[in-house]
Amino acid sequence: MRYSGFQIFKQGLTGNSGWKPVWRDPTPKPEYDIIIIGGGGHGLATAHYLAKEHGLTNVAVLEKGYLGGGNVGRNTTIVRANYALPGNSEFYSHSLKLWEGLEGDLNYNVMHSQRGVINLFHSDGQRDYAARRGNAMINQGDDAILLDREGVRKHLPYLDFDNARFPIYGGLFHPRGGSARHDAVAWGLARAADSRGVDLIQNCEVTGIDIEGGRVTGVQTTRGAIRAKKVGIVVAGRSGQVAAMAGMRLPIESHILQAFVTEGLKPVIDHVVTFGMGHFYISQSDKGGLVFGGDLDFYASYAARGNLPMAEHVMEAAMALMPMIGKAQLLRSWGGIMDMTPDGSPIIDRTPIEGLYIDCGWCYGGFKAVPGSGFAFAHLIAQDRPHESATKYRLDRFRTGVGLMDEEGTGSQHNLH
Amino acid sequence: MRLDRSGGDVAPSLSFTFDGETVRARKGETVAAALLANDIRLVGRSFKYHRPRGIWSAGPEEPNALITLGRGAAQTPNQRATVQEVYEGLEVSSQNRWPSLKTDLLSVNDLAAPFLGAGFYYKTFMWPRAFWERVYEPVIRRAAGLGALSGAPDQEPYEKAYAHCDLLVIGSGPSGLMAALVAARAGSDVIVAEQDHALGGRLLAEVEEIDGAPAADWVAAAVAELEAAPNVRVMSRTTVTGVYDQGTYGAIERTAMHVADPGAAPRQTFWRIVAKASILASGAIERGIAFANNDRPGVMAAGAVRAYANRWGVSPGKSVTVFANNDDAHRTARDLAAAGVTVAAVIDPRADAQAIGDYPLFSGAQVTGTTGRLGLTDITIRDASGKDQSVWTDCLAVSGGWNPSVHLTCHMNGRPVWNEDLAAFVPAPDAVPGLFPAGSADGAQSTADCLRTGAEAAIAALEALGQTTEAPALPKAENGFTGHTPFWLVPGKKRAWLDMANDVTVKDVKLAAQENFASVEHMKRYTTQGMAPDQGKNSNVAALAILADATGRTIPQTGTTTFRPPFAPVPLSAMGAGARGKGFAPERFTTSHTATEDLGAPFVEAGLWYRPSYYPRAGETTWRQSCDREVQMVRNAVGVADVSTLGKIDIQGPDAAALLDFVYTNMFSTLKVGKVRYGLMLREDGHVMDDGTTARLGETHYVMTTTTAAAGQVMQHLDFVLQALRPDWDVRIASATEQWAQFAVAGPKARALLDVVLDGPIDWAAWPFMSCGNIGVAGVPGRLFRISFSGEEGFEVAVPARYGEALYRLLLSQASVLGGGPYGMEALNVLRIEKGFITHSEIHGRVTAFDIGMERMISAKKDCIGKTMAARPGLLDPARERLVGLKPTGAVKELTAGAHLFNMGAEAVRLEDQGYITSVCYSPTLGSFLGLGFLKSGPDRIGETVQMVDHLRGVKTEVEVCNPVFFDPEGGRMRG
Amino acid sequence: MRITCPYCGERDIREFTYRGHALAIARPAPDAGEAAWDDYLHLRDNPAGATQDLWHHGPCGAWVIVDRDTVTHEVAGSKAVAEVKR
Repeated sequence: MRYSGFQIFKQGLTGNSGWKPVWRDPTPKPEYDIIIIGGGGHGLATAHYLAKEHGLTNVAVLEKGYLGGGNVGRNTTIVRANYALPGNSEFYSHSLKLWEGLEGDLNYNVMHSQRGVINLFHSDGQRDYAARRGNAMINQGDDAILLDREGVRKHLPYLDFDNARFPIYGGLFHPRGGSARHDAVAWGLARAADSRGVDLIQNCEVTGIDIEGGRVTGVQTTRGAIRAKKVGIVVAGRSGQVAAMAGMRLPIESHILQAFVTEGLKPVIDHVVTFGMGHFYISQSDKGGLVFGGDLDFYASYAARGNLPMAEHVMEAAMALMPMIGKAQLLRSWGGIMDMTPDGSPIIDRTPIEGLYIDCGWCYGGFKAVPGSGFAFAHLIAQDRPHESATKYRLDRFRTGVGLMDEEGTGSQHNLH
Repeated sequence: MRLDRSGGDVAPSLSFTFDGETVRARKGETVAAALLANDIRLVGRSFKYHRPRGIWSAGPEEPNALITLGRGAAQTPNQRATVQEVYEGLEVSSQNRWPSLKTDLLSVNDLAAPFLGAGFYYKTFMWPRAFWERVYEPVIRRAAGLGALSGAPDQEPYEKAYAHCDLLVIGSGPSGLMAALVAARAGSDVIVAEQDHALGGRLLAEVEEIDGAPAADWVAAAVAELEAAPNVRVMSRTTVTGVYDQGTYGAIERTAMHVADPGAAPRQTFWRIVAKASILASGAIERGIAFANNDRPGVMAAGAVRAYANRWGVSPGKSVTVFANNDDAHRTARDLAAAGVTVAAVIDPRADAQAIGDYPLFSGAQVTGTTGRLGLTDITIRDASGKDQSVWTDCLAVSGGWNPSVHLTCHMNGRPVWNEDLAAFVPAPDAVPGLFPAGSADGAQSTADCLRTGAEAAIAALEALGQTTEAPALPKAENGFTGHTPFWLVPGKKRAWLDMANDVTVKDVKLAAQENFASVEHMKRYTTQGMAPDQGKNSNVAALAILADATGRTIPQTGTTTFRPPFAPVPLSAMGAGARGKGFAPERFTTSHTATEDLGAPFVEAGLWYRPSYYPRAGETTWRQSCDREVQMVRNAVGVADVSTLGKIDIQGPDAAALLDFVYTNMFSTLKVGKVRYGLMLREDGHVMDDGTTARLGETHYVMTTTTAAAGQVMQHLDFVLQALRPDWDVRIASATEQWAQFAVAGPKARALLDVVLDGPIDWAAWPFMSCGNIGVAGVPGRLFRISFSGEEGFEVAVPARYGEALYRLLLSQASVLGGGPYGMEALNVLRIEKGFITHSEIHGRVTAFDIGMERMISAKKDCIGKTMAARPGLLDPARERLVGLKPTGAVKELTAGAHLFNMGAEAVRLEDQGYITSVCYSPTLGSFLGLGFLKSGPDRIGETVQMVDHLRGVKTEVEVCNPVFFDPEGGRMRG
Repeated sequence: MRITCPYCGERDIREFTYRGHALAIARPAPDAGEAAWDDYLHLRDNPAGATQDLWHHGPCGAWVIVDRDTVTHEVAGSKAVAEVKR
């Protein structure tokens, strides 16, 4: 069923009884060409692009809970391509291009809104690094504008320019950055994959990975054994647990990132604003809630919930940067589990086991990567060679030291990125 | 309307305004009680359809009556009329309506409802593509949202505070009070947190007796006992908002929200309460029944209607009807009838329902619809025989039963458990370590059960803390009104609301099921059920029941969504209290700060420190003029700079040398006493962590200098090395950054200046480059280091911090005699770039010793932190971006930091990228811009010309790759 | 979250800095080989459940090994690194 304004009108006149299920609930077949473990944003995107780009539809996505229940359903919805380092530059640039066509591609309004991302800086040194990054963005073919203090004031007049502990020197403006409706991305991808024949199987937890003679042959699940020629692991937040089923140890430590939303308010913040000195970022959703977050809680965790020190720090940063939101009221806080890698950049690669592929390590940047990651992972699985946008996301880069992408420059301690 | 009660109700004594109209109120009332007392039922407009809405509840769970307080910068949106207490002069405005509450143009949305069902926006607004951001989304954004922020900074005072106790009692109804009494009598440190201004919970709203007297008497006695107990702290107007690990609770206190002129008192206070154990006595929240048009002003929770009558002497209607599936709600009819209010009908779907007072009862009947444009006027009753009749009523009290307030038990991922007998979720056992649910929060149905379970929970909690307590004699209390039969929905074609706050109807939930958003999480996210300000407190269970029915599952099979913190909304200004302006981070000042201020120097932030940028002099109009002068002053005479912000770590012990050999790449054990050496420190992953000089003051005594930025990190690193890797070493370290004031004295006249300041005479021959030692400074024991970050003959002179300001002023006054003076960060930066000295602009965390040309500093004779991993192949690739000096040679004579480098003739795109510039300056010494940067295979390309492209600033030029040491490469000047 | 410093007693985590898994105290020999160093610096068991991790107590400078559960955040105990390594 094609979605459109006309369809809404037609269905509205007939009591909305004609809307069809957005996806099927198929029973797992005994064998597939490809099994994708994980029905989050990246897994669903992988399935979508396997079907669309490579014509591979004998594919199952196995999800232990509900589709889109991973970090795609619990993030701050920011979409951007503003990286400094090669490897990340081309990948996120490609991902943003996919975002820009996603609604047409999926026939689903994911509310991708290029409202502009402004990264503030607060010293000459930070400005110089922002310039290096902005120039890298333009070198990549993306957009960046270096704003001085008055330039920032023009866009964001409500910031504290006069009394701030860390005065605003300027900002790096990325007009094509923005936000999207996170759940809609998962649903749109799921609907598109399902419509091409991919089996999306919910409440199906993978409990084992079958390997014979160094080659993957299938998986064990709570709904029985399923054979497959190729298996892709794309379960950020649980990557270590699933990889361990294949005897692998990953360069990943799991950490919590909290996020926050206020009650609905009339529009006050147009852009996505990030305050590096305060580890704070904020935007306002179409529903009116201020959606914001900060840094990791910093300790390894699978709890999907955080503690007060970081929550309070985030509110403090908000008050320091934009005291006009003081009377907004926090409505809800939550936590996502982040695959933190030793350089803060992800992994999309083959594994030592033939036919087993892994896509993981998204740290706290996975949402904007959804289409790019799905595209690259589908390419890798289908063709057994990396897509040109993701050649540097190698699993062995930490061992060899070749092509590390440490954007934060904080080194091999997982939680510092 | 106000009820004429015997018992001394005072006349309304104060007034406030609602949308500009004056409303008379009694002290201690909520805005909601006062509005109802004045027959004002229309209070707001709904989120999506802009339907007229009134007051549903009598507590913080209110979904509809959200109001804005005050105006101008004090404007406070989204406050609950059911929580906010009135005070003289309070300004209340309704929200989400234009132009007025009664005439709201966006109520046109209500007419378009067939096209605005769950998730309609995902299916449209896609064409033409550009219209989403330009047309559709702006319209949606303007229509969405509830209240509005003023746009002005919130300047009012807020606080944050800590509290500690043995037992935190959350809620002060019968179970909470009973638990608090037991614990108080046992001598525990108790905190009672109550969201209301008065303790007593539901007992304040019921006509009941305890021990043969009005329940209010028992409450008063209990409260008096608790308030008199020295081990009890009663915190009223305080809502526990979140449960965190190891017994940490968040709570918001509405400290002065009820005061007309609070002055400097914090408006709200965010508490972190650390409790060894807690009692969850948070009560229960009444749920509604879904039937056609059940959202009109005048349709209220039955318990709330009774609360307004019994507690505040206010009847929400003149002719009240009740629609309920349980015995408890019959008390509403009984109490209102007893108060003289007309009870037009009680409609109970249970065929066997019995009246408990004098009112018309329709058993086996249902309410099938309502009318009334801006407020309820009539309901339609379908009686047991299926016959419809219309009844005039201005208040319909609805009850679908009660949901225990389990929210806090979910905050640590506990999943509440469905109790079939109660038709409700109750707390999972041990959902929160140390938290003991009691009373109706745990499913207790009567006051007697609440009192009993409150006492039991306290005894269990104290036992968990190792204290044995005897069971108290329980007061005798009400034990009835517990009958109920689950009833969720009156079938029908019209819209029946579940989540009134977000305008989610039964149709929306059914549509979600029809479209296979069958998981409860999918239903929630697709319909937005439970995502409004009340977070589904009023409606989640009913929505779940309807989803379960629509998908052919039971409620436990369907599962629940999760309640997350905060339980009640918390203003960001309270949770972020203290951080506005300069309060965001500590400020660190050097001892020379005041003297520097006196000279009019602008400051820049260096980490938490403030350092002078430059020292303007008369006639200088730009920073560059001052900076150029200061650079030349250092090169030609003498300059003074405060370098106290650099980290100083005192290292002593027989193994001090071994420690330094291990944390630095180069050798320090071979350093002679009285000498200083530059050291390079790596992270274990082989990248540069920090650099600095370390002085050997004695055989077993070193002083390490770190950069300003890395002082804390290095200290922690040394702690780690000593405790985790080499605990066998006998060495002690201490941070001495704040204990010493240290000043750089640099320039050809540095000695001349020091001759005046140091206790002389000094034999300068005994102070060669890189020497150090103790020395008298103006009569004070100090230290002198002959080191240079400027390339000139330089010294750093250190004195205990308390003498810092005096020494600084002395140095400046004597320097001026020599034609010298202070220099700031700008000049310091130019001086170091001229010499090719690196800072964290270069050692930015991604570079290796190899990248900065210091690979030979990694001693082959010993192990050190980072040595092994620095030898990874990827870190030794000659094609890496490596440090070079850069000079503009093109038509444009400027360099910009952050620009990228490309080969001549290459396009400025990523694939051609050869490197980037990290630091630039204009060198007055050399009359040229100079830059430091990283270039692929850089040191192998000295003499080559490359292009610099800065797209952002529109600067492009040719640059010559050169040795990073631009000035005095032999170092003759600093060696003297 | 609250952690017990073996020297100072139970304190709020605001006083602590986290480092990662406690395996960081078992530094391989310089010649242990690429795999051992990769294990030490990068690869992690990353358990969903009981773990031991390292925290630095800022006020006293002690490095502390904390027995902790990554799913429930329960803290079972703690000990000073210096005592463990002695």
